[in-house]
Parts: sequence; structure tokens; C-alpha cells
Amino acid sequence: MSTAIAHALNEGLRSVMEEDDKVLLIGEDIGRLGGVFRVTDGLQKDFGEQRVVDAPLGEAGIVGSAIGLAMAGYRPVCEIQFDGFVFPAMNQIITQLAKYRHRSEGRVSLPVVIRIPVGGGIGAIEHHSESPEAYFAHTAGLRVVSPSSAQEAYDLIRASVRSDDPVVFLEPKHNYWLKGEIDRSAAPAPIGTAKVVRPGDDLTLVTYGALVPTAVKVAAAAAEDGRSVEVIDLRSLSPIDDATIFASVERTGRLVVAHEASQTAGLGSEIVARVQDELFYSLEAPAIRVTGYDTPYPPSRLEGDWLPGLDRILDAIDRSFTY
Amino acid sequence: MTDDLFSLLSPDGVLSDAANASVDLRGMFSDMVMSRRVDTEAIALQRQGELGLWPSMLGQEAAQVGAGRALNPRDVAFPTYREHGVAWCRGVDPVSLLGLFRGTTLGGWDPTANNFNLYTLVIGAQTLHAVGYAMGIVRDGDVGTGDPERDRAVLVFLGDGALSEGETNEAFVWAAAQNLPIVFFCQNNQWAISAPYSVQSRVPVAQRAQGFGFRGVRVDGNDVVASHAVTVEALEQARAGNGPTLIEAFTYRRNPHTTSDDDGRYREGAMTDDWTTLDPIERLRTYLTTIGTDEDFFAEVASQETELSERLRAGCRALPDPEPASSFLHTYAEMPADLERQMNDHLEYVAAGEADPA
Repeated sequence: MSTAIAHALNEGLRSVMEEDDKVLLIGEDIGRLGGVFRVTDGLQKDFGEQRVVDAPLGEAGIVGSAIGLAMAGYRPVCEIQFDGFVFPAMNQIITQLAKYRHRSEGRVSLPVVIRIPVGGGIGAIEHHSESPEAYFAHTAGLRVVSPSSAQEAYDLIRASVRSDDPVVFLEPKHNYWLKGEIDRSAAPAPIGTAKVVRPGDDLTLVTYGALVPTAVKVAAAAAEDGRSVEVIDLRSLSPIDDATIFASVERTGRLVVAHEASQTAGLGSEIVARVQDELFYSLEAPAIRVTGYDTPYPPSRLEGDWLPGLDRILDAIDRSFTY
Repeated sequence: MTDDLFSLLSPDGVLSDAANASVDLRGMFSDMVMSRRVDTEAIALQRQGELGLWPSMLGQEAAQVGAGRALNPRDVAFPTYREHGVAWCRGVDPVSLLGLFRGTTLGGWDPTANNFNLYTLVIGAQTLHAVGYAMGIVRDGDVGTGDPERDRAVLVFLGDGALSEGETNEAFVWAAAQNLPIVFFCQNNQWAISAPYSVQSRVPVAQRAQGFGFRGVRVDGNDVVASHAVTVEALEQARAGNGPTLIEAFTYRRNPHTTSDDDGRYREGAMTDDWTTLDPIERLRTYLTTIGTDEDFFAEVASQETELSERLRAGCRALPDPEPASSFLHTYAEMPADLERQMNDHLEYVAAGEADPA
């Protein structure tokens, strides 16, 4: 039976809450309503209001109180309702959550997970389609992950809750209802690793989150042109699993990185920089980024062309081969 | 502005009959004197170039010692960066307070050892941590049991400037809505660097609690007996499950904001002189003398002060520089491979510099 990503997250949260009674959830509308995307549906009914906490409106309060709960021995999982609403919590995330372990000289860990639905493509109004991952990836002390499938969602949420480091957990909201099979018995990979989701020999296509299914379609289309594209799902945006990327690009000699977030100082820039640093002489062509543009996220009527999709990624692949 | 303050020990050293006869006035005196000595020595160490900066608490000893001595061991305190007197009462080694200002650490002590959290420099940020911790106490079932060994509460410190921060106001909302076991202890020292309290608000600090739905209490922050009494009572209410209290300890920051600040640019010296006459230590000394406290007691405190000074001076200079690897080692519970590469590069660079100090 296949499971949607939203349900896989729900199941993953339920399982860690059953395993460890220190795990609790805090967020706006996550209790009786089950969250605006229903990711926490039914959990308050089963675990009670003390463990599934309907928060007052206040994102700093959600993250700040989660920090205090972690200091008191709990493992809080915060839900920020939408990507564009995380910014009131940035002070707590950057100056407190990310730095506290370092400030305490390793004495105190803050095992806090911050779940955020991210990305566009759903015809939403302003502040509901953003990709803020680079802010977090740039901040030392945070781990940043993003699942691309039901299996990854189930595994990554469980691993994130168990992590002793704070984890920013970015959920591709466009694909909440994308279904896939889940193997619940498999031991999940530790967070921090990328995954080759489709092997190939001629070009490496690195992406994450909502664009992973798109990238697999891109690879299938490229195969029709006789080009073998290897698709890597980053899974972990911080740290970046260099080893998996390097091993691939060393073989293929070509790299395209795709993400919805704006280009400048984005994850793509970092990955391209690392690859040229390590594999300068292995590259057959310049590495290419396919990204959102350096503008605010556009009105939704424009998002179809603004977002990197199948055609733009295929075009980049074409440019790489014809260089 | 001081007329409506709850007080028990008057500025001229007269103790009210309403004061609890069993409080340890000598202990309070000693803690205030020793805290002031920590402060005075730290300023001297800054002047000598041993510290980069020091935020002085001169004049706030009564508020801090009164509040600090009201804590039970299992209660948890969340300080700003000026709570040297509370740290003293919690048993934190005062030498460890210096590291943050000497640049040898960003923390300095184990926050779990004395239930005294690390100093927080971002104004108001700690109020939400305190709220979260209080939520943890509720979930642990350690509130309202009636067992004094079990019930506990959180005491969070903030200044008058922090009342304008959004996070502080969120903390008030959360604490009130959940009726948390928390006491907000605001030392209204009347100055947020150069901004007088009139920049922050048109109503007294304590009055602001009412709008959030919990009690506000206004106390003479230069009266250690009254500061102690109101904090004891507020913490008892919190531990019993009767919810939060905001205490406004009305006092005055007699020194500049920090050793880097020049308060001559924004306030009159005469105001500071007025508050010097309200000194919290001198009024208790007067009272203790009036009731015939033995000279030996004062001599003993003075001798402990001298000992403390020597320990602070030697301890400060002996604080070790952090290891070059320490930042890398403490950033993550599990060090990412890339960070390990960066660390190794850095250590190699540092080692090369030591081998060849060009």
C-alpha cells in the first residue's frame, strides 16, 4: 500500500512519540486541526494536549520555548506553518538554537526539530512558496534536511528527532500528497548523506526536495536522447555529502544543480564551488545551476515559468553536453 | 515614583515589623558585599586590560541577592548578562563569570550544575527559554504537588529595556495562557544603555503584567529584605501551580552600561549621586549595626572580600586560552566530515605558525 509524504511524516512522528515520551510537538493549529497540511492529524487525540501543543501565534515563542523544553530534557518538534513565516523565529534559531551547544562548550545539546513546509508550485499567495534553506545551511550548528519521497520522509523525520543536533526539516509542500512505498523495517541512513536515486554515466544532476521527482523525469527524457543522467538527492543540505557528489562527478565529468531557491549564494553555488575545488580536471564542461531567479517569489500566475522545471533543467543538460 | 514600592528596610536602615524574623540578614549582607566585590574587581581587571568588557551591577546587589537567595536548589534561573549577584548566590564560581568577558569562552560554567543558565546577551531571548523550561516542569509533574522537595519553578531575569522586545511579550503571553510556574524578575534600573525608561513605556513595569493576565509586584530593588520576600512569595505561588508573577525591582544602574559606555553623554551625575545615598549595602549595614551586630562579623566579611579579590585576580589571569580545535569540536554533537576537514586544515595552519612564528 503506498503512502503520501504527509502521511509518512505523520507515521514517523507517531512512531518516535511512541518510542520516547520526551518527544513532543509544538506549533500553530497542529492539535485539533491536525496542522494546515494535516501532517499531525490525530496525534493530539492520541497523545494529549501536553505532547501535541497548540501554540499561541508567535514563531519566536515556538522555537524559544522549544529551546527551553530541550534544556529541560525534552525533544520538541516545532511546526512553522509556512516557509515565509519562519522569519520571526530567526533570532531564536540563529543566535540561540544553533549556537547553544558551542556556547556551552559541548555540555548541552538542544535536540530540537523545526519542520517547515517549503517551496512553490501550489498557486499560493505571497509568503507561502519560499525556499529559505540557504539561510539555515549558512548557519553553523544547524543540520538541514529535506525529504523527497514517502520513504525519505518517514526515515528522515525519525532520524531528525533522534539527532542530538538541532535539525531544520524542510518539507516540499508541493509533494505532500505524492505517494510511494515505505519499508518500515529498513534501518534508515544516518542524516547527512545523499542518495543516488537514478544511476547514470554521462552527467550528474544534483537536487533535493520537490525537484527530485522532476529530476528523475528529466533523466528519463535525457535517456531518450541517449544521455545517461545520474540523479542525486541531496537529502541533507547541511552538511553536504561531498563524497557522494564527488564520486559521481568524477565519473560523469558534468554537473547540473537544480533548486527552487534563488541563485545567488544558494546551495547550488556551494556545490559547484566544492566540485571545481576538488575535481577541476575531471570536469568536461562548466558546472551549471538551474534555480529560481534573484527576485522575490513571483505572483503565482508566473510561478510555472519562474520555477526550474523539466524544460529548463533539460536545457541546462543540453548546454553542458554542447559546451 | 518610589512611593508605591513595597519595602521592608528603609534607606536609613529601619526594618519593618512586617519583615520575616527568620531571614538570614547577615547572609544577605555578606552576599551583597561579596557580589559587589566581584563587580569591583572585574572592573579593575578590565581597566588593566585583562577583560575586554564588563557590565557592572553596582547598585543592584539587593535586587539580585534578594532574588537569588529566594531560589530553592531545584529551581532554575535564567540570567541576562548582569546577574553576577545571582550567580554568586547560586554558587557559580565567580572566576568562571570572567571568561566570557576575557574572550576565553562564550559560556564559562555548566548551566546544569547550579541550575544557573548561561548568560544571554541577546536582549529578552532568555525569557522564552525560561517559558519552555517551565513547560518542561509542568510535563514532569513537578508543580502543585505540595511536596517541597518536588515542586519547582523558573526565575528569569530581564531588564527594563527587554520589556520592549517582542520575544519578552511572547513569553508573557505563553506564561499567562499556560499558567506556568515562572517568575519574571525585572530589574528596572531605569536605563537601557542611554534610553531612559520613558522611552520604553508610559506605565510602570509591574502594571504591564495585568494586561497579560498575571500579577505584577513592585518592590524597592535596593531593599534586599523586600526583594527577597516578594520573590519567595512569587516562587511559592509558581511552584504551587498558581501561575506567573512579574516582579519589578525598582533600582538604578549606577555605573555606565558597560565599561565601554560613557554615561556622561546622556545622564546627569546628580541623579547617580542621589541613588548612591540609597545604597543597598549601607542600609543593611546600618540596621545590623543598630541591633548590635558584633564587629567581628564585619571584619570576617571584609577578610573574605580580600580573599575573593586575590582569587579573582589570580583566577582571571590563569584562565586558559581555548584550544584552536574547541570551536570545531563543540558546534555539532556529531562533527560533519566537511567540518572535520576544515578543522584539520586549521590545526595544520596553526601548528605551522607555531613552528615558524614569522
